[in-house]
Amino acid sequence: MQLAVRDISVSFGARRALKDVTFTVPSQGRALLLGPSGSGKSTLLNTICGLQRPDQGEVQLGEHHLVGPDGLAGADQIRRGYMGIIFQTLRLISALDVRKNLLLAQRLQNGASDPDLVDATLARLGLGDKAQARPFELSQGEAQRAAIARALVVSPAILIADEPTSALDHANTQIVAQLLIEAAETAGASLLIATHDERLMPFFERRIDLVDGRVSA
Amino acid sequence: MIDLALAYLRDRPLTTALNVLLLAISTAMLILLLQFSSQVRDRFERDVQGVDLVVGAKGSPLQLILSSLFHIDQPTGNIPLESLDMLRNDPAIARAVPLALGDNFRGYRIVGTDHSFAGLYDLQLAQGAHFDRPMQAVLGADVAAQTGATLGQKFIGSHGFATDEDGAQGHEHAVFETVGILRPSGTVADRLILVSYQSVWDVHGIAHDGDDFLSVEADHADTRHDHDDHAHDDGDHDVSHRVAGNGDKGAQANRLSTSQDVSRGGLLQGASRAPGPGPEPELTAILVTYRNASAAVRVPAMIDRQTQMQAAVPAIETARLLGLLGASFEGLRIFAWLLAMTGGLAIFVALLNMARARESDLALLRVMGASRMQVFATVILEGVITALLGALAGWLGAHALLSLARANFPSLAEMGLSAWGPLAGEAALILAVLAIGTVAAFVPALRVYRLDPAHLLARG
Repeated sequence: MQLAVRDISVSFGARRALKDVTFTVPSQGRALLLGPSGSGKSTLLNTICGLQRPDQGEVQLGEHHLVGPDGLAGADQIRRGYMGIIFQTLRLISALDVRKNLLLAQRLQNGASDPDLVDATLARLGLGDKAQARPFELSQGEAQRAAIARALVVSPAILIADEPTSALDHANTQIVAQLLIEAAETAGASLLIATHDERLMPFFERRIDLVDGRVSA
Repeated sequence: MIDLALAYLRDRPLTTALNVLLLAISTAMLILLLQFSSQVRDRFERDVQGVDLVVGAKGSPLQLILSSLFHIDQPTGNIPLESLDMLRNDPAIARAVPLALGDNFRGYRIVGTDHSFAGLYDLQLAQGAHFDRPMQAVLGADVAAQTGATLGQKFIGSHGFATDEDGAQGHEHAVFETVGILRPSGTVADRLILVSYQSVWDVHGIAHDGDDFLSVEADHADTRHDHDDHAHDDGDHDVSHRVAGNGDKGAQANRLSTSQDVSRGGLLQGASRAPGPGPEPELTAILVTYRNASAAVRVPAMIDRQTQMQAAVPAIETARLLGLLGASFEGLRIFAWLLAMTGGLAIFVALLNMARARESDLALLRVMGASRMQVFATVILEGVITALLGALAGWLGAHALLSLARANFPSLAEMGLSAWGPLAGEAALILAVLAIGTVAAFVPALRVYRLDPAHLLARG
């Protein structure tokens, strides 16, 4: 599904976080949203995910309006149905083991779970032996892979990740980047990654630079 | 969402266990109070039904009611046999039921009476027949069930009212035969052994004559012996207390001194008057039913002023007793509800802390597509599940305690206290505890409902 972001502006009081941001990520396309800290990347991702109400503009995923004339109405449903989201810190529910986290994600999506897909995804990401582990028992790299697995088991139309490699060393950054790309390709999903980590640039066909809340040319 | 709520509860086991414990203790207290007050009231109402007045020896009217109507206390003393005729000849009295007490069999009281007792409680036979000869006994349903007695079995009663009464002595010379077993009536009669009051006199060696079946069978002739034959003051010989043909299952050694006989009242008093011309036939009490309302004013006044007896009104004494018990119950009930509120407050604090500590989890849930309502429900479910566990543990604990108490305190069994019979009020009580859990979870759930995941994500 194509992601279309049109004329998004967001303000927090007098401070303008985003101004007239417009770009698209084509269906099954890969894009890197690049910008330094404080450039508005996280605010933009929250808006795209329907978690942040913008002052103006709209976000459309395929034919679905996440943000539009009706505000965020229906955003929960679209996020649940079509998006796999990976955040830097919010990875897994702390009270559940890895496998149950994935099953819960599936149940939230369509009311049912697919244990076979969960087990296969965990095995593919090298987490087969960590299925019963609680989040606090995982290393940084394992936790990040588990978060990717959680985003994948809902068979998303678009995979969105916020700073997925910021805490990782070079080797793990390479692994996670490859994993995300392979996962998106396997799922037939678009991929949008927001980061300040320029090590990821070689993996992406398109880059969107965000500077002071604006998309630079 | 239920799985998630359960996972969160398991995630902090100590806090969950403490909250459950608090609610369980308060629920158990409330259920115990409910059971006690309800069963005691029901029991009193059932046993009092049909009895307008109890006539007995002077003393505490409450004691007279407890001993003669509910069979849970010692009698106040004896009254002359002639008082029965006096009352039966009174046109304002519809029924006068004689009682002669003093012995027990395995803790079940042996009650000397006549067939009017069966009419009073509308007692029906399950097996056999009513007694119509001396030394014949009709067993209440509980007595038969607990002792395993069957028709034709013989048994020997012991002095006093409790199996473990110090010095209790068996009447080995006087053997009762089981001729009937009653159907369960839900009254005190279920826990009584009914015999003719003449049999009680015979057992205690009290000479009498002139009644329907006063002649004692040849094998009981020696019961008219001089009372020294089984004088209660020797205390040197052990006596058995058993069902004939049932082995020595119920055997127990008991002794009883004369001084104890006197202090305990009942027919034991009369039985201990030897030597001399012999004790007079006496009764312990008479249960009176009026024919008309005017008797309620005249008869008690007449008995109190013109005789050496006292007249106790069951309705008044029962109300007084329930009033005394009620005040204690009320105090305990308030304490238990305060405890339940404390449990609710503990849930509130725990969930509020949880909501703060778990904000990132809840934000992730929202990111994963959970609606505000689903996240709200997760927290409410935690409160409800905690309350439900507390309520169920409390219910189970209360009934287990009742069962334990019933097994260890014979007086509770004598009162007919049922351990596992649920009451309608218990369901309401459990619902109230669930409501406490829900209300306690509401504010933390509201906080979570209003959670702005974007704000949390921005915070990192």
